[in-house]
Amino acid sequence: MNPLPNSKYLIFLGCAIPYRVSAYEISSRKVLVKLGVELIEMPEFNCCGLPLDPVSHETMMILAARNLALAEQQSLNILTLCPGCAGSLKKVNKILKEDKTLREQINGHLKESGLEFKGTIEAKHLLQVLKEDVGIDNIKKAVVKPLTMLKVAEHNGCHILRPKEYIGFDDPEDPQTLKALVEATGATCLDYIDETECCGAPSVGVSDKVALQLAKDKLSHVKQVDAQALITICPFCHIMYDTNELRIEKMFNEVYGIPVLHYPQLLGLALGMTPEELAFSELRVSAKKLLEQVNEGAK
Amino acid sequence: MVENVTPTIKDNMREPIKASEIDPKFKYQLTKMHGAEKLLKCFQCGTCTSDCPVARYSDSYRPRTILHMARLGLKERVLKSDTLWLCAACFTCTDRCPQDVEVASVIRVLRNLAAEEGFFPAVFKDQCASVLESGYAFKIPELRIKKRETLGLPSLPKGNPESIKKSLKGVNFMKHMKNKGESPAKQ
Ligand code: SF4
Ligand code: SF4
Repeated sequence: MNPLPNSKYLIFLGCAIPYRVSAYEISSRKVLVKLGVELIEMPEFNCCGLPLDPVSHETMMILAARNLALAEQQSLNILTLCPGCAGSLKKVNKILKEDKTLREQINGHLKESGLEFKGTIEAKHLLQVLKEDVGIDNIKKAVVKPLTMLKVAEHNGCHILRPKEYIGFDDPEDPQTLKALVEATGATCLDYIDETECCGAPSVGVSDKVALQLAKDKLSHVKQVDAQALITICPFCHIMYDTNELRIEKMFNEVYGIPVLHYPQLLGLALGMTPEELAFSELRVSAKKLLEQVNEGAK
Repeated sequence: MVENVTPTIKDNMREPIKASEIDPKFKYQLTKMHGAEKLLKCFQCGTCTSDCPVARYSDSYRPRTILHMARLGLKERVLKSDTLWLCAACFTCTDRCPQDVEVASVIRVLRNLAAEEGFFPAVFKDQCASVLESGYAFKIPELRIKKRETLGLPSLPKGNPESIKKSLKGVNFMKHMKNKGESPAKQ
C-alpha cells in the first residue's frame, strides 16, 4: 500500500515497550508500514510522565509537555503504542492548550531547558490511527489471510478509554473500536463478563494480591467463553496476562493456557506476515496451538 | 497462600475520630488544587466504591471513605495511610461519579500531598531516579538496547538527563531525590 496522505507520525515508544515488550513494537511497526502509515523516529524523547503522576502531577505535566514540545519542533503528530503514554500526552496537550495560566507555569519550567510548549500538534494511540487514518474498511481490504478459524476475546484496558473527557474516541462503557479491528481480520470477537475491567498493573508492587486477583478474573472470564486468545493493545496489560499467566495459574491452582497476543500480531497474521516476522517467539504463553489452527484453517 | 506475596497494608481508616485530629480548612486547601476542585460536590452515594476494581479485592481501600475523611479534615490520617496507594488509576470512578467529582484526580491530589510530606512507596523514588538518570522510568538494560539492532528495530534515542533535570529543577517533589533515605510508606 502507498503511504496514506497525511498519515505520517513520530512514533513515541515510552519506557515499558523498549524495556520489555518488544514484540508489540516489532509487530506494530510492521503492520503500520504495510498499511501505509509513515513512521518517523523521535530524535529525543523521555518518559511520558504518567508513572510519576501519583507523586507529583507537576512532574508528570512537565515530562509530558517536554515530549510534546520536542515533537512540535518536528512539526509532526505523535503516535503512541502505549495507552498510558497516549493518555498522559493527550491530557496534558488538552489542558495546556486550554488553560493559559497553567501553560505559562509549565513553560516556565521548560524554559530552563530551552523548550516551549506551543500547542501545535496532536497525540494519538495506535488504535485511533488504525481507525481514523487507515479505516476499518481499508484494513479489511488489505487482509490476505482471513482468520475465520479463530474465536478470540479483546481487552482494551483503562487508559485507552478513560477518563472520557480527555480520551473520548470510543465509549468507555461498551467500546467498539478494538472489537471492530479484531473482526476486520476475519476472527470472531467474543463477548465475556467484565470486558472493561482494569488489568491491575498499576497495583503491582503496592498490593500484588489485588493486582493478580484482577488479572485472574479476566483470564477466568476469557476462558469461560472458550476464547483461543486474548488480544491486548497495552504493554502493561500484556505483562499482566502473558508474563504473569503462569504465576497466576500456580497461585490460584488454575489452568488457563490462553495465549495473549498484541493486536498487531493478530492483524499481521491476517495481512500475510509470518509468526517470526511478528515476534511470536517473544510471548511467554505459547501460541503454537493457535498458529497451527491458523495454518490448518488456511489450507 | 495469596496473602503471603503481599505486604500487609496498614489500615488506619477505622479508628475512632478525635476532634483534635480535625483540620477544618483541609477541604479548602484541596479544592484549590488542580483536579480536586469539585470535592465538595460529593454526596457520598458510593458509586465510586461499588464500581472500584481495587475495592472489590481489598479489605481496606474505599474511595468514598477516603473522600469523606478528606472532607472531614482528617488530614494526617489520610495522608499517612498506606491504603491511599492502592488506587490503580483506572478512572472508572471519575467516569461514573454522578456528581462529576473526578474522584481519581482527588485521590491523586491526596497522594501528591502525601508525597510532598515524604509518605510514598519506594517504587516511585526508583522510577523518578531512573527518569533523572536516563530519561526513562525503567532502567533499560544495555543488552536490551543492543538487542534492538538484531531484532531489526531502530536504535533507542539517548535520553537527555541534563535537560530533564533543568526542566524539573523547580519542582517541589525533587527535594526527596537529593537524600536517598527510606520513605516511610511501605512498598
Ligand atoms: S461517586 Fe461521586 S458523589 Fe458518589 S460517593 Fe463517589 S465521589 Fe461522592
Ligand atoms: S481510579 Fe482508583 S479509586 Fe477509582 S475506580 Fe479505579 S482503582 Fe478505584
